[in-house]
Amino acid sequence: MRLNVNYEIALTHILTRKKQTLVASMGVTIGIALYIFSNSIVSGFGVYSKNNMFKSAPHIRVYNKDKISQPLFKSTNSIVVIQNQKITTLSNNIVNPFRLLEDIKSETYIRYAAPQVNVDMFYINGKSQLKGVGNGVKILEADAMFNIQSTMLAGNLQTLTSDLNAIVIGSGVAEKLNVGIGDNITLSSAQGVRKIMRITGIFSTSNKAVDESKSYIHISTAQQLVLQSSDYVTDIYASISKPDEAEIYATKLQEITNYDVEDWKTANADQLAQDNMLGTMTPLISFSIMLVAAFGIYNILNMTITQKMNDIAILKANGFKGKDIIKIFVSEAFIMGFIGTLLGLTFGFILVSIMQTVYIGPPIGYFPIFHDPKVYATGAVFGLFVSLGAGYFPARNASKIDPVEIFRK
Amino acid sequence: MNRDIILQTKGLGKYFLQPQKFKVLDDISFEVAKGEFLTIVGKSGCGKSTMLYCLSTMDTDYEGELYIGNEKATGKSTDKLATLRNESIGFVFQFHYLLPEFTCLKNVMIPALKLAKYSYQEVEERAYQKLEMLGLQDQALKEASKLSGGQQQRVSIARALINDPAIIMGDEPTGNLDSKNTQIVFEIFKQLSQDFGQSIIAVTHDNDFAKASDRTIEMADGKIINHDKIFE
Repeated sequence: MRLNVNYEIALTHILTRKKQTLVASMGVTIGIALYIFSNSIVSGFGVYSKNNMFKSAPHIRVYNKDKISQPLFKSTNSIVVIQNQKITTLSNNIVNPFRLLEDIKSETYIRYAAPQVNVDMFYINGKSQLKGVGNGVKILEADAMFNIQSTMLAGNLQTLTSDLNAIVIGSGVAEKLNVGIGDNITLSSAQGVRKIMRITGIFSTSNKAVDESKSYIHISTAQQLVLQSSDYVTDIYASISKPDEAEIYATKLQEITNYDVEDWKTANADQLAQDNMLGTMTPLISFSIMLVAAFGIYNILNMTITQKMNDIAILKANGFKGKDIIKIFVSEAFIMGFIGTLLGLTFGFILVSIMQTVYIGPPIGYFPIFHDPKVYATGAVFGLFVSLGAGYFPARNASKIDPVEIFRK
Repeated sequence: MNRDIILQTKGLGKYFLQPQKFKVLDDISFEVAKGEFLTIVGKSGCGKSTMLYCLSTMDTDYEGELYIGNEKATGKSTDKLATLRNESIGFVFQFHYLLPEFTCLKNVMIPALKLAKYSYQEVEERAYQKLEMLGLQDQALKEASKLSGGQQQRVSIARALINDPAIIMGDEPTGNLDSKNTQIVFEIFKQLSQDFGQSIIAVTHDNDFAKASDRTIEMADGKIINHDKIFE
């Protein structure tokens, strides 16, 4: 199959002016490479900050929220007024938690679900005291959900599976109380229960407030600290396979329980707003870069057309229509854009690959950037689309050239 | 002589608006027969080139009517006119006007590829034939810009012939050529009109060239003053 004569002419023009083609393409190359690089950074940070959130926040949390007093009966023909409404919640625990846990686990979209008892308490070492929250967990399930292991600085998380006197504390707690692995620490709850625990592990998230207050203990220990039996559970945490759609599944889950269901997006709205802002800025910046690249193509094509006025007149005299002329020059812009986009994708890929090997140090580790196929796909579409747009306007002008005017000169 | 009419104008008129309104063509009416070798002469600025561009369908800004073959060309869309030019009109210009970065062969082939009546191989073959007819078969694969003026002019004639158009128009086709090349071009035109029945309309300054053609129209001040000029 031979090329259509329009494309053949376009190709000849391109091949006889390789340097100009390359210069025009370079603009697109730089634009696309930067587009891919900056967007990869944004999606890398997005994933990183999400993962960071998921180290402490569950995808979905089921808990007993404080309730305000409600009228005992509802009336349709009169208004019931309660004066001086009070919080009526007697206890923040979930009644019959294991039944609810089984119900939650039986939902198909739930990957893991685990009970948790959170206890407000003091860490005491000698004279120094530190206020904090003890998370009473079943460590294997909690680890599966929050990947606690990845935040461990020292010690062993597994001791929590059986040792009721073991505690894993945040690095900030360890620093403030000047304790390390193997040291003893006293816990004191609001109920007045004191327990002496042995530190078996230290973790560090990148969140200072969390590191200076949080600790993991066995769920039974937590229940003892608040003087409750083994069916005392304050929260049920669930993780789902599609965290990005957490709000949808949260509403689904709400249908099977009266307790409050909160998804991570609601709980971390401020952090997400920050990510969104970054996600809005970057495309704008890369769009400006692409606009500059588009002007490069526009200029070079305009120049080509000015130089080729005679040729265009000849083609028209020989029976080429206006739209043939448009096709010729838009194809040239497309070829330039295509070369530029291909090179841009390659350069972008190389840049991202290099950044991936840059080690930042704990707690981040390697630079949070990754190859996101979506970024490459939109970059490619973007590059080609912009080139076509930049080519169309000069091409349309070329198609309007009046051959008689040229020949008369 | 066969009097099939291939091109006809009725009351053709045209104005130039700049620098001021000025009538360049005034009531031009004439006919061109099939196989006729017609030349148009006149002083500079008498409107003969302007008329040729109107006849070529490239300039549509005129009053009066133009018929090509049996079709009325006046009032057709530019796209339709482009197709009409592609099929039925071949052009030879004073400044040979080839596409410089293409080979001679490609230059000749382009209008035929546009017409798409024949396959690529057939077009190539036909282009070779035309170049051979003009004695250029050895130059076929050279870039157009590397040829001499006379050779380029002959290539542009080959290009004008590739679609076997009914009419071949020339705007001073020999204006840039020495006498030897002028003679060659003249012979080719003569042969085309006599042997292939193609009509030639050529604007020229060259009285010898005009004298040897079938008929000469003389123009002055936008009017035809002589439909069949006799040279002494």
